[in-house]
Amino acid sequence: MDHFNVDTSRRNFLKVSAGTAGSMVLSFWLAPVQAAVASSTSFSPNAFIRIDRKGIVTMVMPFVEMGQGTYTAIPMLIAEELEVDIGKVKLEHAPANEKLYGHPLFGVQLTGASSSMRGAWLPMRKAGATARMMLVAAAADSWKVSADSCKAAHGEVVHVPSGRKLSYGTLASRAASLPVPQEVKLKPNAAFKLIGTSAKRLDIADKVNGSAKFGIDAQVPGMKIAAVAACPVFGGKLAAVDASQAMKVKGVRKVVKLDDAVAVIADHNGAARKGLAALAITWDDGPNAEFSTALWERQLEEAAAKKGLVAVNEGNFTQLAGSGAKTMQAVYFAPFLAHATMEPMNCTAHVHKDGVEIWTGTQAPGRAQGFVAKALGLDPAKVRINNFLLGGGFGRRLEVDYIVQAALIAQKAGIPVKVIWSREEDMQHDYYRPFYRDELAAVLDSKGTPLGFSHRFVGSAVEARYAPAWMANGIDTDAIDAAQSPYDFLHRYVEFGAFESPVPTGFWRGVGPTHNTFVIESFIDELAASANADPLAYRRAMLHKNPRALAVLNMAAEKAGWGKKMDPGSGMGISLATAWESFAASVVECTVDKDGQVVVKRVTTAVDCGQPINPKGIVAQMEGGHIFGLTAALYGKLTVEKGRVIQSNFHDYPMLRINEVPAMEIHVVNSLESPGGTGEIGTAVIAPALTNAVFAATGKRVRRLPLEAEIFKQGATS
Amino acid sequence: MSYAISVNGKSHSVDVDGDTPLLWVLRDVLQMTGTKFGCGMALCGACTVHLDGQPIRSCSTPVESIGKGRITTIEAVGASPVGKRVQQAWVAHEVPQCGYCQSGQIMSATALLASNANPSDSDIEQAMAGNICRCGTYTRIRAAIKTAASEGANLKG
Repeated sequence: MDHFNVDTSRRNFLKVSAGTAGSMVLSFWLAPVQAAVASSTSFSPNAFIRIDRKGIVTMVMPFVEMGQGTYTAIPMLIAEELEVDIGKVKLEHAPANEKLYGHPLFGVQLTGASSSMRGAWLPMRKAGATARMMLVAAAADSWKVSADSCKAAHGEVVHVPSGRKLSYGTLASRAASLPVPQEVKLKPNAAFKLIGTSAKRLDIADKVNGSAKFGIDAQVPGMKIAAVAACPVFGGKLAAVDASQAMKVKGVRKVVKLDDAVAVIADHNGAARKGLAALAITWDDGPNAEFSTALWERQLEEAAAKKGLVAVNEGNFTQLAGSGAKTMQAVYFAPFLAHATMEPMNCTAHVHKDGVEIWTGTQAPGRAQGFVAKALGLDPAKVRINNFLLGGGFGRRLEVDYIVQAALIAQKAGIPVKVIWSREEDMQHDYYRPFYRDELAAVLDSKGTPLGFSHRFVGSAVEARYAPAWMANGIDTDAIDAAQSPYDFLHRYVEFGAFESPVPTGFWRGVGPTHNTFVIESFIDELAASANADPLAYRRAMLHKNPRALAVLNMAAEKAGWGKKMDPGSGMGISLATAWESFAASVVECTVDKDGQVVVKRVTTAVDCGQPINPKGIVAQMEGGHIFGLTAALYGKLTVEKGRVIQSNFHDYPMLRINEVPAMEIHVVNSLESPGGTGEIGTAVIAPALTNAVFAATGKRVRRLPLEAEIFKQGATS
Repeated sequence: MSYAISVNGKSHSVDVDGDTPLLWVLRDVLQMTGTKFGCGMALCGACTVHLDGQPIRSCSTPVESIGKGRITTIEAVGASPVGKRVQQAWVAHEVPQCGYCQSGQIMSATALLASNANPSDSDIEQAMAGNICRCGTYTRIRAAIKTAASEGANLKG
């Protein structure tokens, strides 16, 4: 096997892209949109802004809204430079168009990887500033004055010396005829009026009265509803189906067979689900009928014995490890996890003589367009994607399997069909967070401080399937993101062996960093304990080269009252995460009772995500990320037996509920650095803070998630 | 067979099997999509509506069981003073993130406050524990319920 010495991570990848390909992308991002201008009733200097003659400002959102607040933060960036009142703007979902709406950092149209703000920070402000300059130029033109004597504010241009004003609506036609300026100057941070304030979310009103439209709410004339069952065994096929009983169900119209699934189409989903239950289906289980998570764990053990690809090799860890110095080792496991978005997968499709029309919620509209076109043998231009609000994404809606499936069903049905997965279908046909096995090792000096650190792990390389172009030197940059830890080590070694299971794997909130932060921050805690050191002091001593990381660690510890005396059966744990150009540290307080029940009492977090755009939105993201991470740490376990997922719904794959939510305190650092991401770091940082707190309370080390009460019962041996 | 049901003060005749869950009658037959599907087993609360003021999970309520009961959904919950206050508190606290579960959360919170004008923390937890939010908006849900409760008390005082 080839070995590569590369120092790469998604973070670095993004920096490089932003500097090279990014500038090119940016230029076409900001190219004038001829189609939009053609109406001539409105002013559209680029693909993101449209101002009509009445002065109504419409912003076209290149990133989707799935709860993370992009539909407020992106308009804030534009409005800051455009000088309009953010409460008055109208928002539109962007259509599928990789050229106009491709992510500046990835080149494709997607929302994920905690990258929207990082990608939008300059281009969206430039989009706003460009439009403002043209409106000011139009006003100056009509007054025959210099543009320098005019300024823009609240959707108007003012001629400062005379006090004359013209609204953006009045200026729209004239501005549309002007050339788009090539040089655009952005406001310095100190001049921000909107960025950095907790502007009101723009998507709230419709979300409290039932009028917000998610993919599942699409209404298409003549549409019928379909319930679907795919082969429960991964990789299996549909062998035969007897639909005679199903066809007798009132409201059932048709049964459609695909290679690996069967759908019942009816007047409403009640009938479709009843019809589906009445089918007599024979599955061809295929080659994975004996696969199980237990088998997978044994296969991972074997895979770990082989050499993977070297992702990081600083100093010479191998030589150090052979020197006879004290070494500590530990093996960790991370389970398969489902996304369990509240809105189950669904898609409405209509295949007609001129092409295909799709109504759905997707994080990757361009990918959806391309995959549907390929599946149906059409030109992508014939596939129209209507995107909606997403009832949760978390990486699940980066996949387009449910969209392709709906298109195939609609093609056979010949009418518009809304396909709605049951919760069971959703949980058992996910693209799961990969199941990893990690081997950590540290070579210690006489005081127990690590001289060298090694992290070898095996598991799925999601990028190899999803986007091979994102890989660097054959390595999945996501899988190894944050795998090297933020600490100062003279000798550092990271090796990843990609090994695929029949269980499909995908991006799950936090991807590489969520998995890597758990194993590393747990292991660092083990090292601190073995050195009889305070976990905070132990970490601090290894962060000389990482001041932003050290600062959040100190802040979280101070705000949490680190070191205070804890009652018996309770403990405090700390952890640090650095990823997506952001830094976060959390302190968790928990109790563990004599039956082994863990209760999370309090979370204190400090986050430095660069210049905060919307502080309240950041707090919401961090709290939500914590709850997502705690849910996984306390309950998240997906078991496969006989090639199929055992868990099926929220009774056996539980979610954290309101009565289990700890008190949470989020401190946002007032930084002037470029924005980092906050969508995932709250998830990444929290699990090790919890398991380290459990260790402080019980003396038991958690090397496998989720926490199972059994091992913490008094008298239980670990 | 045909069932006459009262939804948001209006009578509808629906021609479906009696065991059809109310959720799909609302969403697919009456095209009132504010009520959401989450689990189909009364485990997540996304489909919560009121039956004579009581919160029920419409995904597990057969249409034949409703009889003359009066159904209220998210589309009309704001017509009651308590429902209106809850919606306003949800806006003031900017509770929703993705928003998908919020119809159910608001219906549960409104039912709670209609029967208990000044709920304790544990009353809130008990009433709301059946509603899952995957975005993790729980701290704001709690705060919004308290705001709605105190504004109700102010009106009376």
